[in-house]
Amino acid sequence: MPERVRITAPRATRPRRTTVASEIDAQSEVGEIFMRSLMRSQLRLALTTLTLLVITVAAWPALFALFPSLRRAHVVGMPLPWLVLGVAVYPVLIALGWAHARRAEHHEQVFGELLDRR
Amino acid sequence: MTTLATALAVTLVSVATLVVGVVGLRLSRTTSDFYVASRAIGPAMNASAISGEYLSAASFLGVAGLILLHGVDMLWYPVGYTAGYLLLLVFVAAPLRRSRAYTLPDFAEFRLESLAARQVATALVVMIGMLYIVPQFQGAGLTLATLTGAPTWLGGAIVAAIVLANVVAGGMRSITLAQAFQYWLKLFALLIPVFFLLPHVSHHRAPHWSTAGWAEPLQGEHALYLTYSIIVATFFGAMGLPHVVVRFYTNRDGRTARRTTVAVLCLLGVFYLLPTVYGVLGRMFTPDLVADGRTDSVVLSLPGRLLDGPLADLLTALLGAGAFAAFLSTASGLIISVGGVVAQELASRTGRGLGPVAAFRWSVCAATAVTLALAVAAAGVAVAHAVELAFAVAASTLCPLLVLGIWWRGLTPPGAIAGMALGGLTSGAAVVTVMLGSTPGGWWGSVVNQPALCTVPLAFVTMLVASLLTRDRRPAHVARTMVRLHAPDEIELDRGSYHPEGPRGGAMSARRSSYRIDRSS
Repeated sequence: MPERVRITAPRATRPRRTTVASEIDAQSEVGEIFMRSLMRSQLRLALTTLTLLVITVAAWPALFALFPSLRRAHVVGMPLPWLVLGVAVYPVLIALGWAHARRAEHHEQVFGELLDRR
Repeated sequence: MTTLATALAVTLVSVATLVVGVVGLRLSRTTSDFYVASRAIGPAMNASAISGEYLSAASFLGVAGLILLHGVDMLWYPVGYTAGYLLLLVFVAAPLRRSRAYTLPDFAEFRLESLAARQVATALVVMIGMLYIVPQFQGAGLTLATLTGAPTWLGGAIVAAIVLANVVAGGMRSITLAQAFQYWLKLFALLIPVFFLLPHVSHHRAPHWSTAGWAEPLQGEHALYLTYSIIVATFFGAMGLPHVVVRFYTNRDGRTARRTTVAVLCLLGVFYLLPTVYGVLGRMFTPDLVADGRTDSVVLSLPGRLLDGPLADLLTALLGAGAFAAFLSTASGLIISVGGVVAQELASRTGRGLGPVAAFRWSVCAATAVTLALAVAAAGVAVAHAVELAFAVAASTLCPLLVLGIWWRGLTPPGAIAGMALGGLTSGAAVVTVMLGSTPGGWWGSVVNQPALCTVPLAFVTMLVASLLTRDRRPAHVARTMVRLHAPDEIELDRGSYHPEGPRGGAMSARRSSYRIDRSS
């Protein structure tokens, strides 16, 4: 445990530049907290996207194994497995990627605004 | 007639590739140009180039062949090849770009501050690269043999010669232009014949393909295991492929890297609708290829079976050109990456005796020669399966290095090396067994044929446990490293001083010493 230190206000005549950016540069505890929160939010987003990928795409073999009737089901005249794996998964993958990139940029923007605010 | 048209088309693609290369030649001068095209390429161009480089013989020929052979379960190959880019976007794209490393060994050295980790990553890049190039050369041989009756080694030799000429003369800038051009060539080469082939389906009174057992998923022994193993290998393998990763350094910053990847997802999604069409058409009209064991040539054979006259010749020639574009682009990208990491090793070992550009050229020549010899020697594995095995090795080695290295501060050099070594040895042993054509039967055979579902978790768990056991070996500057990987590019922050180019921007031989001095200060 580091020793407790009293923090005093800087002199009004000589304002000190203590932005979050300089905290991060100094690798102070405050800076570390900011970096860890950015990483945690991005990692949570990544794991969310991964989970969605598993549910929407990677779950299909398990579904086919659990419900054999799905293997020969037809939708709009097309066999379901071919329709899903040959066509339908691609828009899903693109949508997941697009949404992920948007959210990740949003997290970075929030982080940037926090740093700008000093 | 077919022979003449095909020879002409292949020559045209080759000459076009060389010309685009020469246009880029006067632009590439320094080491930085050679490796990453000076990072001044826009997202649209870059996405086309990434897709052009990625769509290999496996995608152009192999996927349709496997679908013809095994049916709907094989659709997981193209789905996985695309989903691999989604996971690359999710876990790797932006941080990897911000790391400013040129190659995966650079990343290993930068993140882990360990030369030993760098060398293990170098060995893996060479191994994965070669596993991936061999099927490209074999596919080229098969294409030329199918269309013109030339001996099978000739196609591979032609591809090797063109790639060498292009890479040695121009470096990567020329390749970027050529790759972008080749995505569109491949797309249209596969798309245009479909418009002529599909109207014939009703004419020929197609068999009821959709009710046969072939059309249902989970066929054969251990199908569920095999399917999930393909999923794990392709989903997690793409991010660990050396030629894919090097391409991300040509993005301007982390955000552009993400946007480029989303564009790549779109381009791949469009392309991968097409091999399925060829696979199904093949099942209807060329089932004899299954008995002959020539399913990889289904794409090239279809126009000749369904159409006749000059139209069939023209479409066959177009497909041949597209196939050659696939071999050329993927082989170029791989040879650049393998040559790049070997050159870095050479330049740092021989000191200043060998300039970086010369080292790069020599390494590229050596890599091409060795791989060509391997391609001639290796047993005939289905092209798409051979490529997917390279994915399995990447997913079992460099994928955990990237994912844990980027997202977990606790990764240590001994942990990373242990995971890469164990994952590489187990998956590598399986791949070599398959390549030599000596796969055993039963459960063991399924595991060897598709090792990823066992070896990927093994590598991740090994890396985690070994890192936790060696907690005191965490790199000294890991906090600063995380700032560089995760903080948005436009914010002014101290991101550490690691730069793979060295202080004078281009002297690679000075790289390591500069790294040590800068980081210890």
